[in-house]
Amino acid sequence: MSGHPTPSTTDEFLKGLWRENPVFVQVLGMCPTLAVTNTARNALAMGLATLFVLVSSNLVVSALRRFIPKEVRIATFILVIATFVTVVDYVIQAISLDLHKALGAFIALIVVNCVILGRAEAFASKNGIRASVADGLGMGLGFAFALMCLGVVREILGSGTLFGFPVLPGRFQEWVMMILPSGGFFTLAGWLLLFNWRRQRNAVREEAS
Amino acid sequence: MSAGQLPVAAPSGTWPMFRAMVGVGLACGLIIVSAYLGTKPRIEHNRAEALAAAIYDVLPGAVSSATFRWQEGAGFAPLTAESGGDARVHAGYDAEGRLVGVAIEAAGMGYQDVIHVLWGYSITEEAIVGLKVLESRETPGLGDRIEHDPAFLENFRRLDVSLADDGQALRHDVAAVKHGTKTNPWEIDSITGATISSKAIGSLLDASASVWAPRIQSGHESLEVKP
Repeated sequence: MSGHPTPSTTDEFLKGLWRENPVFVQVLGMCPTLAVTNTARNALAMGLATLFVLVSSNLVVSALRRFIPKEVRIATFILVIATFVTVVDYVIQAISLDLHKALGAFIALIVVNCVILGRAEAFASKNGIRASVADGLGMGLGFAFALMCLGVVREILGSGTLFGFPVLPGRFQEWVMMILPSGGFFTLAGWLLLFNWRRQRNAVREEAS
Repeated sequence: MSAGQLPVAAPSGTWPMFRAMVGVGLACGLIIVSAYLGTKPRIEHNRAEALAAAIYDVLPGAVSSATFRWQEGAGFAPLTAESGGDARVHAGYDAEGRLVGVAIEAAGMGYQDVIHVLWGYSITEEAIVGLKVLESRETPGLGDRIEHDPAFLENFRRLDVSLADDGQALRHDVAAVKHGTKTNPWEIDSITGATISSKAIGSLLDASASVWAPRIQSGHESLEVKP
């Protein structure tokens, strides 16, 4: 952001969503990205849970940034993040036990998702509430978008369905590998390839113009 | 570069650190307790609904159920709020209030983690008549087929757990056998590619049936009438 001394709230929002997407550009939060994207529903639920925790923790960390001494900041941030993760855990159980079962241990592991602690430390602890919420929203939606990109491809190819509804002809033989961990790596590699190819092409075009 | 050229922030005092940690900790505790209390009724309702649905799943023909507690020496007694305890079964009744069978919770180690199941027991047939996996973390696409593979679940339409003549132990051990080699009614036809998960189901059912089948056969009179 060195080229923009006072970036607008919209800039902060769009940065996480696309230009600095946490998964496709920063390659952060790989554990849930690979583990719970075997179906579009799981990917969406994990994306929304992370979005909620990211926005809430950014909001609280930003609001308390003058109150928290630097020596205890990481411990305090983790405490704040763990609180919102616990809230999300209860809320998901209240919405659907099946969904809670599908996401398993990965809800609790949002606490150690480096995207969240990274934004609290690198952004929210140094910026105002509005910018921090915009940053959290952008990064959270960018993370959810990336998880959906993986979940949709893996569910269609691995199960022949999308959100549980059949989308491929009955004679299609499902690629079971796609819903296994190796399928997560292959799909992520495919998306990273696409993103990097697009970025390089744009960079070449900008240079040429 | 000497340290004097860098803007070094002064260390914080003990009180601000203490205030921040305790203050944030208290606020976080309040939020967690509020979320817990706010969602508790809904979560308990969801759990009860899931258990009721699972009971009707494993006991074909059951439309209502009641939970009983087992006490060594005293047999089965209806579960009350005060009685508590883990040794419990769910008796299922048909529309006329007749006992259809008993649903029992069991758990055993699977490939990844502990598998929790509910199995239905028919007193007259002395057989397992239904199985529902309540909780498992088996490998998606392979081990988790124990939850919904129709051919595997077919094993539990009538799986023999009859008692030996002394009424204290199973006549035959329940065990999972290699796919396609099942020849006896007490054997479970495994899923190819999910051998460990299939065997885990076999051994956890064997362990649970060995304990519960003798208890239910000896004390089923107390279960006949819905409390």
